[in-house]
Amino acid sequence: MSTGGAYAAFAPADKAQADDTAQSLAIKEGKKLFAVGCASCHGTGGQGTSDGPSLVGVGAAAVDFQVGTGRMPAQQPGAQVPRKKNIYTNAQIDQLAAYVASLGAGPTVPDKEQYSPDGANIGKGGELFRTNCAQCHNFTGKGGALTDGKYAPTLEGVDPKHIYEAMETGPQNMPSFGDGSLSKQNKKDIIAYLGAVNGDESESPGGLDLGGLGPVSEGLFGYIFGLGALIAVAIWVAARTTKAKKS
Amino acid sequence: MSETGRHEDVPEETLPGERETAHEGAVATAENPFADPGLPPHEHRAQDIDDRAARRSERTVALLFVVSMIATVAFIASYVAIPIEQNVYIWPLGHISALNFALGLTLGAALFCIGAGAVHWARTLMSDEEVADERHPIEAAPEVKAKVMADFAQGAKESQVGRRKLIRNTMFGALALVPLSGVVLLRDLGPLPGNKLRTTNWKKGVRLVNQSTNLPLRPEDIAVGSLTFAKPEGLEEDDEEFAEKIAKDALMLVRIQPQNIKDKHELSWSHEGIVAYSKICTHVGCPISLYEQQTHHVLCPCHQSTFDLSDGGRVIFGPAGHALPQLHITEKDGFLEAASGFEEPVGPSFWERG
Repeated sequence: MSTGGAYAAFAPADKAQADDTAQSLAIKEGKKLFAVGCASCHGTGGQGTSDGPSLVGVGAAAVDFQVGTGRMPAQQPGAQVPRKKNIYTNAQIDQLAAYVASLGAGPTVPDKEQYSPDGANIGKGGELFRTNCAQCHNFTGKGGALTDGKYAPTLEGVDPKHIYEAMETGPQNMPSFGDGSLSKQNKKDIIAYLGAVNGDESESPGGLDLGGLGPVSEGLFGYIFGLGALIAVAIWVAARTTKAKKS
Repeated sequence: MSETGRHEDVPEETLPGERETAHEGAVATAENPFADPGLPPHEHRAQDIDDRAARRSERTVALLFVVSMIATVAFIASYVAIPIEQNVYIWPLGHISALNFALGLTLGAALFCIGAGAVHWARTLMSDEEVADERHPIEAAPEVKAKVMADFAQGAKESQVGRRKLIRNTMFGALALVPLSGVVLLRDLGPLPGNKLRTTNWKKGVRLVNQSTNLPLRPEDIAVGSLTFAKPEGLEEDDEEFAEKIAKDALMLVRIQPQNIKDKHELSWSHEGIVAYSKICTHVGCPISLYEQQTHHVLCPCHQSTFDLSDGGRVIFGPAGHALPQLHITEKDGFLEAASGFEEPVGPSFWERG
């Protein structure tokens, strides 16, 4: 409490004087929202409790990701907090983010320019994705299992902004990929690659992609349905033909 | 339906007057309990006795063949007409190539209709009379066998193989030596691995280069909870043997708060909590990097071997037999570099590993 309190007392005070009043108003509103929705686990000053980690220094990007994807506030403890329906408005998320960012410097919410596919190299993005991300999220971001009930979620239908924030902040058990690990251009390339292979409009020239899970699922499909169809046809070919009878 | 299968109604006047009875059948008795019952009575199909049904079948078969012809023409037409980059949305396949879809559909239809037509032809129009054909004995007749043995004996005598021992022995020698040429060629299976299994490109003073940005890594690039992949300085992606070398050199870098590192040896080989581990699983060599930043566990996707990066890369689950090899790193002039090579072979175990 003392650390968080000290942060809350000093850090925003400096900021509030330097920033315009809109910013300090957002922090004030955010603090109220925080007290209602977050403080029971993260402590009244965001300093963390036995139920939730400290939020000092996690930055606005972490708040925007966690609240924007509905993961926070968490419903119940467990192996992993799942994505669910977001209950806050964008303005409220911005206020919460402003408040948490005021507790200690951290990654900020990225600009649209940082995650838009304009000027990105999709091919390089694919290479980077396979080196850094595919081990958990699968080759086209379909997700996969980890240990003890944890899992890497699918990246299908995830807002590019949230993908950028996840790389930057490393939510839950995902490691973070700061700018020293993946440069800003690297992140942009990866997001453009995901948009190309995993978006609503992404193409699968070969036809049914069977979930894009890789050769094991494709082989299983081939064995069960391909061989199954062949066996059914073979049975039909050899079946007894219709015989004539008295009417 | 009856015990003999499906039946189709046909007018009585077209049915054969008398049903054929089972032929050449015998009835099992006390003396001969395994008597051959013979074939069941033959039943006619509608097409055998009703000319209209037969003509219907003929038209069906012909229709299938005509559909196949049309499909082949459509295949050629779509090959010519559809541009290769055109995409269409087809439920439930999604956004797919129009050309692939059209070619697959038409060629599939063309081949399927030929097969289906042939099968329908065979099932409804070709004769379905059961025919019994006795097997011939496999053994040759005694006189044939005697002739073969006599011919062989005469050949052996006339070739003088028993008398001319020099020829016989040199021939055996030649035949025994000739396979050796094949054995010698096995040498082309490759040079022995030498010390390649024990060494990597990491040695004292080699800088750690970020595999994604291709820049030398500084300690401040690596935050607590982050994951970074590194390659040795001087190894470039367009090198001829890049794939072969990165298969041994791949490194993952994570930063753990020094007080959370349980293994003292690991701590002494780390730099400000930055630890460098081989990315190659010690079980069968899959790249492992399913890193959980809160537990510091690394999971191998192939056989679920799990290693604890905060405890010397110890195996905590799965079939891996060795801890993950750690690279001793240090900082020089603001950049991370190896303080020595790997002290043990990276990757899977091998016979002589020790």
